[in-house]
Amino acid sequence: MSLELKNVEKKIGLDTHIYSTNLKLEKNTINILLGSTLAGKTTLMQIMAGLDKPTSGEIWFNNENVTGMKVQKRNVSMVYQQFINYPNFTVYDNIASPLKITGVSSDETKQRVGKVAELLKLSGMLNKKPNELSGGQQQRTALARALVKDSDLILLDEPLANLDFKLREELREELPKLFENRDCIVVYATTEPSEALLLGGNTATLQEGRIIQYGKTLDTYNKPNSLVSAQVFSDPPMNIAKIKKSGDQCSFLQNDIQWKTKLNIKDGEYKVGIRPHNITTYKEGNNTLEIKGKVLISEISGSESLIHFTNGNLNWVSLSNGVFQKNVGDEMNLYMNTDEFVYFDQNERLVSNG
Amino acid sequence: MNKTINQKAWFFVIPVFVLVAFNAIIPLMTVVNYAFQETFGNNVFMWEGTRWFKQIMLSERFHASLGRQFLFTFIILFIQIPLGIAIALTMPKEGIGVPVCLVLMSMPLLIPWNVVGAMWNIFALPDIGFLGHSLNALGFDYNFTQQIGDAWFTTILMDVWHWTSLVVLLSYAGLRSIQPAYYQAAEIDGASRWAIFTKIELPKMKKVLTIAILLRFMDSFMIYTEPFVLTGGGPGNATAFLSIDLVKMALGQFDLGPAAAMSLIYFFIVLLVCWVFYTLMMRNEEKS
Repeated sequence: MSLELKNVEKKIGLDTHIYSTNLKLEKNTINILLGSTLAGKTTLMQIMAGLDKPTSGEIWFNNENVTGMKVQKRNVSMVYQQFINYPNFTVYDNIASPLKITGVSSDETKQRVGKVAELLKLSGMLNKKPNELSGGQQQRTALARALVKDSDLILLDEPLANLDFKLREELREELPKLFENRDCIVVYATTEPSEALLLGGNTATLQEGRIIQYGKTLDTYNKPNSLVSAQVFSDPPMNIAKIKKSGDQCSFLQNDIQWKTKLNIKDGEYKVGIRPHNITTYKEGNNTLEIKGKVLISEISGSESLIHFTNGNLNWVSLSNGVFQKNVGDEMNLYMNTDEFVYFDQNERLVSNG
Repeated sequence: MNKTINQKAWFFVIPVFVLVAFNAIIPLMTVVNYAFQETFGNNVFMWEGTRWFKQIMLSERFHASLGRQFLFTFIILFIQIPLGIAIALTMPKEGIGVPVCLVLMSMPLLIPWNVVGAMWNIFALPDIGFLGHSLNALGFDYNFTQQIGDAWFTTILMDVWHWTSLVVLLSYAGLRSIQPAYYQAAEIDGASRWAIFTKIELPKMKKVLTIAILLRFMDSFMIYTEPFVLTGGGPGNATAFLSIDLVKMALGQFDLGPAAAMSLIYFFIVLLVCWVFYTLMMRNEEKS
């Protein structure tokens, strides 16, 4: 089983929503579409599902051209950011609705709904109506509707975006389990890099209607093929600085901090990308390269502290474990891990990983 | 927490109180006053107790106009609500058609009520009116000033023309607030157009439709100007709805006592029906 997009392009009027895209998704994989709002994730998913037709290009499923085939014939299911359930149906009827239309016997329906309801912890509320449920339960119902039929393709469009933090964490942990042992292709759109890392599988980074990079999630994260891909897959945003390399010595253009590199590339100017968690307020492991900073903003997020600081003419972001309170204007030392620096050439393509 | 005591706050309430007193309480109490007394003018009043109420409640004339009123309201609700929803469903969802349709739809709502009555009167005149003349030319024996059925037909047609737009606009607003994802989800399920209407659109429009039905009930139950200008309540008393009958009694016959009693009964019927209707709809809401 595979889903293949061949030169798929989508234009609405003069606007291009999806630039010519080639993508092949294999059976039994979770594929994450990672990108900011308006990157084209939803459009791409609707084209995959058959809810929308590409302006040009073809969609192949199991070596069959399904371009323009109606969505009802495609055996797909979809979960949306909004909690989409039939408002007048009970949870049971909602979950059973995709089965009823395909004419599954009532005994089998009962058994399958029961099973999926248990999986999603909805067993106790099968007789309730959607608006009697919490947001999390409503989304669980929508997920159950998607899982109850044996879809070939399950599409999830930011399913956790409208949930509050606690519920999101809870459901996020359950999601990978839900897709285990299912004979299908899962496509999952999200704006959050951490969600992609947690779900594993494959990740495609998107920006402005183009797929920048597609590969195993960890590979995409560790070896971004370009600065754009690295930025899409980094939250908080990656720090970018210009550097000069001469021999095995590297230095920032804007200050005199130097470090050695094992990179075997010709001398010249490059850009280096540093993920915020590779700059910390304390020495730890390989975080040894010292940089002085003047605090701009200091914010606490969960059990981590984000410190925005300036060095030279640049603004930097660091992310450290633990909770610190720094005052604006404080001078402090921070430490960077040069092993994790990502080097890009002048065209912002990856040169090699240091 | 310590609350500071400041009686000056009452001064802020006084303007509202005075306003409400003049536009609601005082006129209403005057009517209540008339309802329990007999007067022959010159500000001479005699106490009559509940006599007028008994008289009205037992009067056949009142029963007849109340019956006509319920029938009329029923018929126009039965036509306007489904028709309004149907029109809203066929209206364009985007593009230049949207404002064009909305403006055209709201036109009848912008016309003053007596103008609507006068327009339809001329429109329906059997000799010179476009509608009346055409119907007669087509072989129908149509004359709304003389035939009861024709008078009802014209009055209902006029009300449908005047007020269906309100239902359309409300339904349209309700429909537009349904997220596109609902339609997509239904499409994936392979739901039919009818299923989409009954399982998604109707339940999602429920609140708006409650308002539409309530507004149309109240307005049509209190209808006065349009039928007064169109038919004057005739032929005979055939289209004398409650308010027309009430004005006849109060100003035509100058029976102030019974007319006042009738207004109060009228008022309580409207209040009661609205309350029952609203509680029923809201109870349903809680259940679902």
